Amino acid sequence: MLDDFFIRAIVGGIGVAVVAGPLGCFVIWRRLAYFGDTLSHSALLGVALALLLELNITFTVFCISVVVAMLLMLLQRRASLSSDALLGLLAHSALAVGLVVLAFMTWVRVDLMGFLFGDILAITRADLMMIWFGGVAVLIALIKIWRPLFAATVSYELATAEGTRPDFANIVFTVLLAAVIAVSMKIVGVLLITALLIIPAAAARRFSKSPEQMALIAIIIGVFSVWLGLSGSLEFDTPAGPSIVVAALSFFILSILPLPNLKPRNQFQKIEPAKTELDSETP
Amino acid sequence: MLLSLENAGVYKSERWLVRGISMHVEPGEIVTLIGPNGSGKSTTAKMALGVLKADEGKTYRRQDLKASYVPQKLDVNWTLPLSVSRFMRLTNKASYSEIETALSSTQILHLAQKQMSQLSGGEFQRVLLARAILRSPDFLVLDEPVQGVDFNGEVALYRLIDDIRHKLNCGVLLISHDLHVVMSTTDRVICLNGHICCSGTPANVASSNEFKSLFGEHALSGLSLYKHRHDHEHLLDGQIDQSSKSKSNLKQNKSEKNHALRKAKNA
Ligand SMILES: Nc1ncnc2c1ncn2[C@@H]1O[C@H](COP(=O)(O)OP(=O)(O)OP(=O)(O)O)[C@@H](O)[C@H]1O
Ligand SMILES: [Mg+2]
Repeated sequence: MLDDFFIRAIVGGIGVAVVAGPLGCFVIWRRLAYFGDTLSHSALLGVALALLLELNITFTVFCISVVVAMLLMLLQRRASLSSDALLGLLAHSALAVGLVVLAFMTWVRVDLMGFLFGDILAITRADLMMIWFGGVAVLIALIKIWRPLFAATVSYELATAEGTRPDFANIVFTVLLAAVIAVSMKIVGVLLITALLIIPAAAARRFSKSPEQMALIAIIIGVFSVWLGLSGSLEFDTPAGPSIVVAALSFFILSILPLPNLKPRNQFQKIEPAKTELDSETP
Repeated sequence: MLLSLENAGVYKSERWLVRGISMHVEPGEIVTLIGPNGSGKSTTAKMALGVLKADEGKTYRRQDLKASYVPQKLDVNWTLPLSVSRFMRLTNKASYSEIETALSSTQILHLAQKQMSQLSGGEFQRVLLARAILRSPDFLVLDEPVQGVDFNGEVALYRLIDDIRHKLNCGVLLISHDLHVVMSTTDRVICLNGHICCSGTPANVASSNEFKSLFGEHALSGLSLYKHRHDHEHLLDGQIDQSSKSKSNLKQNKSEKNHALRKAKNA
């Protein structure tokens, strides 16, 4: 069954969506969209390095992402430049440098479009193993650090004061993010990884009453986006990454449409007797 | 002893935010930090909790000290779907009945399923306090815990804090601008202004010259001039609390304070 490239793409894409959902929620909650952009754009540097040293691409991208993430965390602590300006600058610089370096390496033939926008044909069985074993590891790690990570997301100071050790959770989270970027590169491409992270999560917001629920719904929306997007990509011969993102976007648009019965409602709210009393007093 | 600071200070943005802070907190006592805005109360509290590292001096915390923190400010942005009852389990596990008990103690059981981002200021403070208490801490840090809480609520919450420290025998580090409450219910007062101006029992501090120069001669004057009577309390969901038809001296202090404030303004 896995002989069919399309099945491989679907299985790989779903694997990516399953980890991108919960991590994407954290990216939204912590306002890390730019951070994710910078990380994923620097993935191209990882590709260049892998080709240069003849290393495994996914693994090299993962390592480079971890290094870049740690550097960013250090830089943000020191820099006086506002962090979104800094990240915006770095995101696009990393992309540009990656492209220039790749252009210099005339001796390797690279399918640049595949790296930028994803390439469903390029997914191998080895990639699938990487995505699914890696994905399961990422999910287990995320569940382990869920409580301190979430506490630190709500308030770093509160989490520190009450002994949940948020620094460790933050570092693990960054490594997990790097891992997801490395494995999803082939499917959506470096330009659109952040979109795969945040759009399903944003679409899930409206239907969720708890963080855990939002993570689950983001997974479901992500899985359907991958399926719809890849099918469309095959049908209309469009690039894989953008097609998946367009599918996710349509879920997001659905989620913000003012459909009355989808509105999260509070069933437990009581009618306040005091209010009616007051109302009747006013002439 | 739960924790102590010895000549501790925090250096940030090329200046000392606080310096030369020596203090300690024992189980079951309430230590209060008072001082004008920007005098370093919150900074000192964070240093005591270990959120900020002391850049000089020593900090000691008892091993496995279980701390609860009510910060002065906390933003829960809209992107976070976080209900009150989920927030109660932010840093600890808790059964639903424990959560109910804690929420009832600050009279907000009816908010259990509400989203944090939709609470009013006073409701939010009550949730913060309920969550801090739920953890059964050894050390409770309250940074202006009753800001924005209504008149009756303020009295009730201060009474609750007093109950809790007896029940749990926990040390409380309280930051408050309610000088009358501070002077009547706390064991020790530390008066800050970038450094410790004066400290000791409320009576000693109130009569010290440093206190008077920081808060003015009349900060505590005008007591027992006028007593407000209100023979029942309204719960937050609008019902009348039948069990609360008793007076506490805290409440009287409050109305006296308000009257004193008015008097001071007119003078
Ligand atoms: N992160 C920070 N970086 C630089 N300076 C800070 C920081 N946090 C606080 N300060 C400064 O430290 C001083 C003490 O602040 P702190 O918050 O401890 O005051 P406070 O006594 O709690 O005041 P308030 O009554 O207004 O809450 C202030 O002058 C403030 O400007
Ligand atoms: Mg403060």
